[in-house]
Amino acid sequence: MLAKRIIPCLDIRDGRVVKGRKFQSIKDVEDPAVMASFYNASGADELVFYDITASAEGRKLFTSMVSDVASRTFIPLTVGGGISTIADFDRVLTSGADKVSVNSGALADPQLIEEGAHKYGDQCVVLSIDCARVGGEFHVFTHGGRQDTGRLLKDWVHQGLELGAGEIVLNSMDTDGVKEGFDLEMLNVLSDVHVPVIASGGAGCKEDFLTLFKELPWVSAGLAASIFHYKTVDIKELKQYLADNGIRVRL
Amino acid sequence: MIAVIDYDCGNLFSLKASLKALGIDSQLTRDPQVISQSDGVILPGVGAFGDAADKLTEYGLRQPLLEAAGSGKPFLGICLGMQLLFEKSYEYGEHRGLGLIKGYVDSLRKDIENPKALVPHMGWNSLIYTGSPSPLLDGIEEGTFVYFVHSFYAKDCQKSLKAYASYEGVQVPALVQEKNVFGTQYHPEKSGQKGLVMLKNFARLCGETVGETL
Repeated sequence: MLAKRIIPCLDIRDGRVVKGRKFQSIKDVEDPAVMASFYNASGADELVFYDITASAEGRKLFTSMVSDVASRTFIPLTVGGGISTIADFDRVLTSGADKVSVNSGALADPQLIEEGAHKYGDQCVVLSIDCARVGGEFHVFTHGGRQDTGRLLKDWVHQGLELGAGEIVLNSMDTDGVKEGFDLEMLNVLSDVHVPVIASGGAGCKEDFLTLFKELPWVSAGLAASIFHYKTVDIKELKQYLADNGIRVRL
Repeated sequence: MIAVIDYDCGNLFSLKASLKALGIDSQLTRDPQVISQSDGVILPGVGAFGDAADKLTEYGLRQPLLEAAGSGKPFLGICLGMQLLFEKSYEYGEHRGLGLIKGYVDSLRKDIENPKALVPHMGWNSLIYTGSPSPLLDGIEEGTFVYFVHSFYAKDCQKSLKAYASYEGVQVPALVQEKNVFGTQYHPEKSGQKGLVMLKNFARLCGETVGETL
């Protein structure tokens, strides 16, 4: 049986980590490679980097950052943010990423999923979805949650899987930042999908991860950002806590 | 120097980077002379077996690789590179492997009863030892988690089996060894510190000096 994965997510702007400033245990909290090494040493099972850069110059910095991190951190690395063409896949994969996360780019052009899966294999294409409740339905959003596509979560997931997405990250905008737990109700829409599902948005404490894996045992991983960056939750302690409570994790 | 075989099958970035971080001298190559002069060979690989087997033939690599393995120097196949060590594979048709280790490769999905089980077998799984030790696992405890990504797996290889992982009721061969020829279904270069220890073990078998940078 596979171990449940704990995945910290880092937002990168112009090659530097965003919102790392309260991270007190290491010196250069804005250096992605320093942060990556720290997370690697504390037991993260995988790392996700999102490029939130606007400029082309920033994109170059991001690519060289991916290489830098991949040269020093020997766990799986997923990269996303602004991926809209197969050339973007090529760019981040040759820089050392293992998987590519697509979001708005795939909604604008769903064939991107198929192209990526065909060229690099399903396991390489991670479909990241920002979702929120609108009038009692689960709607898919783009552009960092600013635009409602009007598409229903289950329809988009279905299409994404048909096209070859190998993993789903479901980010609940309703619970994101609230820190009262993952959005189990929204996640449940994906209970019968045949690829790994990663829960994102809402984790505030280690108990939230235990609840996630106990209530929805088919969920493969929990992803979070600020609680790890701000040391609200220490990954090593979190994994020990999960193990003590009967969840299979890599210690 | 360890020859890392470059035959257009897979992203070699992490493997190259991990050897470099360990201070191990390696060279990406498909040159028979370089392979012949190397102290050890690593055959990586990602993708479909048929394509990879065709590439080995196209680049004239079969004979040099068989000679390298036959010379007694340490030889390590990783992931698809491990699968290529076997006699054949039934991944979309029937394809011939290198035949360095007895056994064949077939679909994992076919042998899993639970229709809802996730395939590929992707993620961290733990090693279960068969009791037959391997120098690649020196300093590695049973139960160590390593990183897998694959949909096909080795079968009928009990004789060379050193460690396996259990997935959905199936014993998935994780490490095989036949004398100087090793194969890991998992990616040591993506398995954190423990994976690096295994790469160090391999380099030592090759007689390489291993830096302690990590």
